Amino acid sequence: MTRKPRGRDERSPLSSLALHATLVVATTIALFPVVWVLLASLKPQDAIQSTEIHLFDHPTLENYRRVLFETSFPHWFLNSVVVAIFTMVIGISMSATAGYALSRFNFPGKRGVMWLFLITQMFPVAILIVPIYTIMANLGLIDTKASLVIAYCSVAVPFCTWMLRGYFDTIPPELDDAAALDGLGPFKTFWYVVLPLARPGLAVTAFYTFLTAWGEVAYAIAFILSDKNLTLGAGLQQFVPRFNPQWDLLTAGAVLIMLPASLVFYFAQKHLVAGLTAGGTKG
Amino acid sequence: MSLSTAAGSGVTPGPARRGRLRRTFDKHWYAWAMVAPTIFVLGALVLYPLVRGILQSFTNLTETNQRAEVCSKTLGGAESCTPNPDRWHWVGLHNYTDLLTGERGHFWLLLENTIVWTLACVLLHYLIGLGLAVLLNRNFRGRSLYRVLLIVPWAVPAFVSAFAWKFLFNPKFGLINSVLVHLGLDPVEWFNHRWTAMFAAVVTNVWLGVPFMMVAILGGLQSIPAELYEAAEMDGTSPWQRFRHVTVPGLRPVSSTVILLGTIWTFNMFPIIYFVTGGQPAGETEILVTGSYRAAFEGLRNYSLAATYGVVILALLVVYAAAYRRVLKSKGEVW
Repeated sequence: MTRKPRGRDERSPLSSLALHATLVVATTIALFPVVWVLLASLKPQDAIQSTEIHLFDHPTLENYRRVLFETSFPHWFLNSVVVAIFTMVIGISMSATAGYALSRFNFPGKRGVMWLFLITQMFPVAILIVPIYTIMANLGLIDTKASLVIAYCSVAVPFCTWMLRGYFDTIPPELDDAAALDGLGPFKTFWYVVLPLARPGLAVTAFYTFLTAWGEVAYAIAFILSDKNLTLGAGLQQFVPRFNPQWDLLTAGAVLIMLPASLVFYFAQKHLVAGLTAGGTKG
Repeated sequence: MSLSTAAGSGVTPGPARRGRLRRTFDKHWYAWAMVAPTIFVLGALVLYPLVRGILQSFTNLTETNQRAEVCSKTLGGAESCTPNPDRWHWVGLHNYTDLLTGERGHFWLLLENTIVWTLACVLLHYLIGLGLAVLLNRNFRGRSLYRVLLIVPWAVPAFVSAFAWKFLFNPKFGLINSVLVHLGLDPVEWFNHRWTAMFAAVVTNVWLGVPFMMVAILGGLQSIPAELYEAAEMDGTSPWQRFRHVTVPGLRPVSSTVILLGTIWTFNMFPIIYFVTGGQPAGETEILVTGSYRAAFEGLRNYSLAATYGVVILALLVVYAAAYRRVLKSKGEVW
């Protein structure tokens, strides 16, 4: 029996169907916890705790009203925004400059620095958290946002430097040379020539740092003591203590937390694949 | 003194060396200036705490014995301080022997959990990520829509996913048990057994981690030259053969990086276990990182025991990374 070998991009209707079916199932699994939490957040408390499966059950915004006006949630939210934005700005500035230097210049100590960045990825939060806690206590920074920004930068910067270095490597160094010929110093070249070209890479890194800060909990629970200073990760768990958890507050809070993350995500995602590839394959 | 004479003559070693230093500095100062802030912060916040943490693991430091002085207020309001008689002191390897023999904590249980947890998560991350990436790497309508939707779990913060899944796995009214009941099956008390609780945590983490793997592998797939596939097709190979002999080798650089990173990240993954199982039932699903955290910040804060856990975790990861690198090297990988 002879059969014409099929090219890669032609498919029989059957395999096309299988392809779409698989992807639809995968997409459903990816979305349904988010959708279910969203649906649950619109139900009154007794409906959330019912064993019957209803998509909608007396939809109401009461849970949101309570979360926003009767709990410390707005404080936590604001704290998280401040911490995440500061971490993002400081982290990006540091890792972009360091990544550029590592990508362009051959200077003594470069290899050591690269190793340092890779190795810090391995340090478990478990070994650093107690000493960092002691340092913060000595500096009087416990229970402040600054302690969290500093701690998160130390987590995010090595990875971002590594990724941005990979991204800068893909920008032709001839551009730097041309800028140098035009009389721009290394800092100006970096600022006016390379940074604008590196926007996609910067977007991914910004996304990464933002999410690191937005979603971190271990440091947040350990460093922050007073209710008003908590960030979302540490605060949200107060809605669901082991006894008498309030899932109505939790689901509404969870939706409000996912919103900004998905906004940042939406803006970063079109650069996501390109940026990660450039950083990732470099290794 | 001009630079050229000092460097050129080379007779007097002192100035010549200074000249060379000077020239190195002139040539590289901006590179160093760009790296310096990062190095400084990492030094202060990663290396210094690391050294401190290692030292702490050889002491008996806890919440109660950390003060150098004990102060008490007198009636007049003045403070009088005396040296703390029960101050922490060096205990050598005491913490390590206690930990490894199970005298304090449940190290071997935690290690077993950590290994099961890491293996299951990384394996599923990689296989599902690879499968989806291969599907998404084809040309078909709606591909970019699928891609955006499939990355959604990545945009959800880990602790939110943890609560979302804990909600779904809720034994009383969770969606999963409701579905089981509808299908005529018995509901499962997810958090009353070690392995069902671990299963819930693994499901959560797999859901959370697949998008990263998928995106990274997709990037790797797109960097494989299309000519390789065309050549393979000309030779009349089957799709499986093309996958086996073109895709898999072409992905190796990306795979080796993401698997190593994925293992390290999963090994240290704190929020999922902490929030989903919370160690239920009775600490049987605790992993090393959460165990260390609880030692440090719950009950009587035992900083030295937590540090000991940390050192052991770090040692395990370093050994793993070294072995991993060795295996790659023996296969001729340049990494």
